[in-house]
Amino acid sequence: MSLHPNYKGRYEYKWHDLPFMKLSGLEPLIVTPEMNFINVGERTNVTGSRKFLRLIKEELFDEALAVAREQVENGAQIIDINMDEGMIDGAESMTRFLNLIASEPDISKVPIMIDSSKWDIIEAGLKCAQGKCVVNSISLKGGEEEFIAQAKKIKRYGAATIIMAFDEDGQADTYDRRVEIVQRSYDILTGPKVKFAPQDIIFDLNVFPVATGIEEHRLNAIDFIQATRWVRENLPGAHVSGGVSNVSFSFRGNNPVREAMHSAFLYHAIREGMDMGIVNPSMLEIYDDIPKDLLERVEDVLLDRREDSTERLLEFAETVVGTAKEKKVDHAWREHPVGKRLEHALVKGITDFIVEDTEEARLAHEKPLHVIEGPLMDGMNVVGDLFGAGKMFLPQVVKSARVMKKAVAHLLPFLEDDKDGRQSAGKILLATVKGDVHDIGKNIVGVVLGCNGYEIIDIGVMVPPDKILAAAKEHNVDIIGLSGLITPSLDEMVTVAKAMEKEGFNIPLLIGGATTSKVHTAVKIEEHYKAGQAVYVLDASRSVTVVSKLLGDKKDVFIKETQDDYAKMRFHHANKRAKKEMVSIEKAQENRQPIEWKSEDIIKPKFTGLKVYNDVPLSDLRDYIDWTPFFQTWDLHGKYPRILEDEIVGHEATKLFADANKMLDQICKENWIQNKAVIGIWPANAIGDDVEVYKDEDRNEVIEKFFMLRQQQKKSSKAFNHSLADYIAPKETGLDDYIGGFAVTTGLGIETHIERFEADHDDYNSIMIKALADRFAEAFTEYLHEKVRKDVWGYASSETLSNADLIKESYKGIRPAPGYPACPDHLEKPTLFRLLNAEKETGITLTDSMAMYPTASVSGWYFAHPDSKYFGIGKIQKDQVAQYADRKGESVELIEKWLSSNLNY
Amino acid sequence: MDKPNIRDVIKSKILVLDGAMGSLIQTYKLEEEDFRGERFKNHTHFLKGNNDLLALVRPDILKEIHCLYLEAGADILETNTFSGTTIAQADYALEYAVYDINFESAKVAKEAADEYTAKNPNKPRYVAGSIGPTNRTLSISPDVNDPGFRAVTWDEVVIAYKEQTRALIDGGSDLLLVETIFDTLNAKACLYAIDEVFEEKGVNIPIMVSGTITDASGRTLSGQTAEAFLTSVSHLDLLSVGFNCALGADMMKPYLEVISKNTEFNVSAHPNAGLPNEFGEYDETPEDMASQIKHFLDERLINIIGGCCGTTPEHIKAIADLAATYEPRNAN
Repeated sequence: MSLHPNYKGRYEYKWHDLPFMKLSGLEPLIVTPEMNFINVGERTNVTGSRKFLRLIKEELFDEALAVAREQVENGAQIIDINMDEGMIDGAESMTRFLNLIASEPDISKVPIMIDSSKWDIIEAGLKCAQGKCVVNSISLKGGEEEFIAQAKKIKRYGAATIIMAFDEDGQADTYDRRVEIVQRSYDILTGPKVKFAPQDIIFDLNVFPVATGIEEHRLNAIDFIQATRWVRENLPGAHVSGGVSNVSFSFRGNNPVREAMHSAFLYHAIREGMDMGIVNPSMLEIYDDIPKDLLERVEDVLLDRREDSTERLLEFAETVVGTAKEKKVDHAWREHPVGKRLEHALVKGITDFIVEDTEEARLAHEKPLHVIEGPLMDGMNVVGDLFGAGKMFLPQVVKSARVMKKAVAHLLPFLEDDKDGRQSAGKILLATVKGDVHDIGKNIVGVVLGCNGYEIIDIGVMVPPDKILAAAKEHNVDIIGLSGLITPSLDEMVTVAKAMEKEGFNIPLLIGGATTSKVHTAVKIEEHYKAGQAVYVLDASRSVTVVSKLLGDKKDVFIKETQDDYAKMRFHHANKRAKKEMVSIEKAQENRQPIEWKSEDIIKPKFTGLKVYNDVPLSDLRDYIDWTPFFQTWDLHGKYPRILEDEIVGHEATKLFADANKMLDQICKENWIQNKAVIGIWPANAIGDDVEVYKDEDRNEVIEKFFMLRQQQKKSSKAFNHSLADYIAPKETGLDDYIGGFAVTTGLGIETHIERFEADHDDYNSIMIKALADRFAEAFTEYLHEKVRKDVWGYASSETLSNADLIKESYKGIRPAPGYPACPDHLEKPTLFRLLNAEKETGITLTDSMAMYPTASVSGWYFAHPDSKYFGIGKIQKDQVAQYADRKGESVELIEKWLSSNLNY
Repeated sequence: MDKPNIRDVIKSKILVLDGAMGSLIQTYKLEEEDFRGERFKNHTHFLKGNNDLLALVRPDILKEIHCLYLEAGADILETNTFSGTTIAQADYALEYAVYDINFESAKVAKEAADEYTAKNPNKPRYVAGSIGPTNRTLSISPDVNDPGFRAVTWDEVVIAYKEQTRALIDGGSDLLLVETIFDTLNAKACLYAIDEVFEEKGVNIPIMVSGTITDASGRTLSGQTAEAFLTSVSHLDLLSVGFNCALGADMMKPYLEVISKNTEFNVSAHPNAGLPNEFGEYDETPEDMASQIKHFLDERLINIIGGCCGTTPEHIKAIADLAATYEPRNAN
């Protein structure tokens, strides 16, 4: 339903032929229809803020700048600056303040709205701002001639402008007058005399108060809202703005009612097309949170729905004065004793009062240490219990940890004086093994265990075995936990286990990370560490149970159970392997997928060679994000978007999703992380299971060779033994085929933000940004693959797929990665990197274990043939390993080391 | 001389802008008396190094250099007027000569261009009146202790630019090139001045706008991102927007991509021949530079290409030969 009788439904932008309004400060602000509403900061206005007026009058410019900065930090997308006050020189103050803003990048990054009723002040402002500003405002008040002259000048200064609905006869105060004036203004502006860009025109349709008791004012809000719709439907490109707080003028002093009026007014005006406004965010209630009885009366007034609506609202307002305010933020818990307050803050993850509460507790306790061991640990125990009972979820626990860390950080200086040492439940060393750089999972485990009273010694990523053992000795830890994500890390963990055995350790060894498994721990690690026990830990939430059992009274029972369990695993594993029938590599090669090679299936790429992408706007990549793995990172399992509705985790998933999107907004807006990618397409043909890559179309000079593995399980009569090599035309077909490759990173510049969060004891956001960067890397990969299919290679130029289709991999062609199931050999990665010149073009480096750094990176091949599909190599036999080593010119031992998890022997 | 409108020509091919003027002037090893000539024999200030002055004392040199670039294949010559404002000439106390400098400089470039257009009417040559950034900034305080201070005002800058613009048009420039913009507010003042002069004279010649991104963070000296810069100068109907000078072609590419993606105007680039070495010389060879510019062309980023500091007629020839084999970017 539209509030305007002539239109239906919510307003939908319809001027797609026109460019968007583009504004700028140091950074651009492109006003797209999707942005819905542009929020203009209004605190830097001497007529609206007494504080700002005083600061300007007393020339306290530093403080005045702080007001501006705060607004930008609080999300103002434009800041309105007004110096219209009789006591100050408006033009001079405008110049001075804008010049000062110019040297404050935190402020001047957003566009400026130069607000004055005096033309000379507006011009003074326009002369100081390098970005594209908005003038607020001009109108037909002084006649057409003046209006044209001012509009032409604004155009010449390169600004957009607000036009007040005002003419020679006065301010428009009815629907008809508004329509009459804006139509006339628009025609003059876009006509031959001015030729103003229509998308740079913003109409201020005059927000007037309602419920004043004066009969004519009854339609003030509804007329504004209906005129808004008319403008957006009839004046191509034009925008609508307004100063919202006017509408509630008659309820001065009653903030709950005013706040409800503002948000209800905005709710309806935005639905009808208002897309910009001057709003004080602290004077807004959330629309859905307005009590229903109040909302009904407010809307009766705004929309003029009843004869007696004003009386009813006034009457009701009397009762709201005292009550609504308290409701807004429930601070009742602030009345509790300090211990309870700390518990509340920990369970709810509220950092607002933690320092003062901790201080109060410190003063009340004999020793600062007692605060940690007493109320703080009590609170964390509650968190631990709730988590254990499935009543809290990982994102909440991480937030609790943030509160805990802040409290401890406050106590730390006092603890230094008081070196009794603190009794922890146990010391745990955590490390990501040598050659691996992934640490999200490890950090989450650290936080969760930390919340449960364990002392965490986290020695970071890429840690060689000797360092791990040295640190374990130095800190005298009770448990070592190893983490890793890529397959070579499995081998590194075995190395650490062997070293522990040799060095005489007997403490438990925990194994975790994406490629680790109970089978691997049971079959490959446990046997090498007989003096102690290796235990596989599925996820962060299991880590608490495992650790508490390993350090508790019933340790022996738990270890016995584990050993029995692992023995069973080994038995099954051996049986399963024996049952799986394998074929010789020659047989497997004969049973390759018989592709009928036709030249029409090979689309000649539009381009060969390398192509580099830098700083693709993150906002473009955002739509390509596959969210399901993001929730998995946080131990919330379920498919997106269904997970948001999930009965058990839905609520937390929704909150996490909102936090993620909030950070995403900031990442995109403030360009926290930079991305780089290189793609390549080269002439190529297959020779057996190898793929030759040629220098050019002459196909004489082989510049690199990719070596592919082949499935060796015995297949049924209709199935084939797949290899990626099968998707490239064999040389003997005489057809000219191609292979592509890519390396993508979205992790450049992430360190400064991680450091910032870590310095603030904020694991939640530190984990969040890493998880989001990983999602961006995958999204960027998806984005590039689509570009390659549709454009760069162009073999599927007419493809139209939604993001859901992309996630389901419904596209034609594949992009497998070396080190993953279709080609488990990580050693193909350096070849790919050489071809792509990837280190230089993208800054991604490969570790000893061929992990990519920054971690938010992806690399792989492009195969375009319509028959190409993803598959897993599975287990392979010694004959293939020998043949493969020979083809590669490497030793069998080296290949066996790298493919250890694929060996069927 | 009758020539097709450059707005039509640019639709069908990549136009080539000339290269550096200063590097070539250096090869003439001019001394103080060369810069003074007859006219400024008794001038109060040293004049050596005031290259813009050559239009008045040694126009023959300018013409020789213009012809070298035309021979190399340049479609557009830049007038030798980078410092031709009263603000920049104040250093030499030559404010009063500014009109003549710009007028004569445009005139000599036009002579050269017309000769070559006459030789081969199928390759019309154009003169772009070059307008530099001046040596004062409107957005940045020169006094670190007083960030609100400015060494020059908007109105002063507008007056200076109007005078230069009038003279460049009177001298026969076919277009105007506002270049090496490190402070967008100066450029906006320049566009304001140009628009006023157009109205005053009843003319409307094409305008090229070219910023410069001086550090690897991807911002102009005054702090804007490439896209914010584009947004801030797009209010007039420009012939082209782009970048020049700075850190060489390779470093310029990401910013050209931003411009190319977000503007309906044509896109221009005239980078330096790499970065100066420790002696302040540019040693990127014509082949090096062409191989980098090839990336611009491969990706269809460009409608106008040329060279800035350190480039020579050899560089421009290498670039022109390469550009001739490519289609221009599709401007809308």
